[in-house]
Amino acid sequence: MLEIDTVHVGYHRSLVLHGVSVEVPRNGVAAVLGHNGAGKSTLLRAAVGLLGPQRGSVRLDGEDITRRKPHERVARGMAYVPQGQQVFPQLTTAENLRLVADGRRRGKEATAEALDLFPALRALSGRRAGLLSGGQRQQLSIARALVTEPRILLLDEPTEGIQPSVVAEIEETILALAARGGLSVLLVEQHVGFAMRAAQRYYVLEAGRVTSSGEGGRDAERTVREALSV
Amino acid sequence: MTVILGQLFTGVSIGAVLLLIALGLSLTFGQMNVINMAHGEFIMAGAYTTYVLQKSISGAGISLIVALPVAFLVSGALGALLEWLLIRRLYLRPLDTLLVTWGVSLMLQQLARDIFGAPNVQTRAPDVLTGHITVIGGDDPLTFANSRLFILGLAVTAVVALSLTLRLTPLGRRIRAVVQNRDLAEVSGISTGRVDRTAFFIGSGLAGVAGVALTLVGPIGPTMGTNVIIDAFLVIVVGGIGQLKGSVIVAFVLGALQSVLEYSTTVSVAKVLVLVAIVAFLQWRPQGLYTLRTRSLV
Repeated sequence: MLEIDTVHVGYHRSLVLHGVSVEVPRNGVAAVLGHNGAGKSTLLRAAVGLLGPQRGSVRLDGEDITRRKPHERVARGMAYVPQGQQVFPQLTTAENLRLVADGRRRGKEATAEALDLFPALRALSGRRAGLLSGGQRQQLSIARALVTEPRILLLDEPTEGIQPSVVAEIEETILALAARGGLSVLLVEQHVGFAMRAAQRYYVLEAGRVTSSGEGGRDAERTVREALSV
Repeated sequence: MTVILGQLFTGVSIGAVLLLIALGLSLTFGQMNVINMAHGEFIMAGAYTTYVLQKSISGAGISLIVALPVAFLVSGALGALLEWLLIRRLYLRPLDTLLVTWGVSLMLQQLARDIFGAPNVQTRAPDVLTGHITVIGGDDPLTFANSRLFILGLAVTAVVALSLTLRLTPLGRRIRAVVQNRDLAEVSGISTGRVDRTAFFIGSGLAGVAGVALTLVGPIGPTMGTNVIIDAFLVIVVGGIGQLKGSVIVAFVLGALQSVLEYSTTVSVAKVLVLVAIVAFLQWRPQGLYTLRTRSLV
């Protein structure tokens, strides 16, 4: 589905990723784990096109999209939920979703389906997104990505900095999305238990290199914890 | 009483001109944070468009009506071209943008001199706009110039149109989204480059419309834009960057202030006093009259 092949990515002359390869299976979940500064967010930014790799390639369904702009990747079925509960703060909750739905054939239906996953957002439709709580902003951020009806969803630490009750809700939603089929997920997560419950494949990043990878699931959780404790 | 009302109307009419000039900037500078020093030359382009059209269309009224959309298109196209050629390479580099667009403004002024000559030229206002309406008759009459009323109507129409476009249309939502978070807009499927160009087209087009209006109150010359551009920047900064409501209020307040001070002093002293008032206001509220309220930093 998504193949990130030996990418070298950096900011100016400072290289952050040194030949990282990650593959996301069709209709499956791949998790990327690692400590702060390991290069996890950089990997997702390269996958969605916000950073261009100095070497290596990104392919979606066999098509080389390495030089495609982010909005062109979205048109090809990629969606991205960045770190930090990012929304358009001056737009209302409804406008954040309409913005993405505008001009899409199934925009209204996709918006309604996204709101079914996060019904609390319906009551907040007229509120400016910048005035929402962190958990509500993250729900809106995920809903905004889903309105594009993606084939692959890139999630950057979706539960970071959110109160526990909302974390559980977001985790359940991600698991339900992955289980219903038709959607592949590349999940960057520090919460090992959740990541290994969701993923069929995992990658551990350390200082910009993949130091461990394998099949996901509960059995691999211990291996990953050991890899991360080093 | 008549004097006060007369000065008030003069202030409102000065405010309307200020508002028309600043409106395009409220999009390119207020929304997109681009310091475009060539904005004044887009006003000049709109004014010269009116002049050229009046040469080829016999009726002054018809040529003025035709000039409004044509000047919008001419100045808008110039703005979109400038954005595509230069500004898109300079986003987030305000000093570079300022210098480059200042250079472009000088080139456009010279181009105008080469085409139309250095001396100012004049258009003929349509008959319906040359007169005035008498509000209070008698020995001490109160009259409103028709041309000033036309400019006031044009300013109000332009503000309402821009405000509705930004608030209610898909294009408006996209412009506001790109302004607030460019990367997030791009990964939401929005072509930010196309949105930038469209916003620049509209902002520069509004400058062209302001240029048409200015032909009713003064001569047309290569430096006419430079003379008004600083006032327009002041309106945006004092109103609050990106806050259309603030720009509208500040334009009319500055207009009224200028008018009252001109009545009691001189034009030059009034200008200095207005600038002192602005500096004092910005010391007190550096963020301007209106600011964005948000819980998040993005």
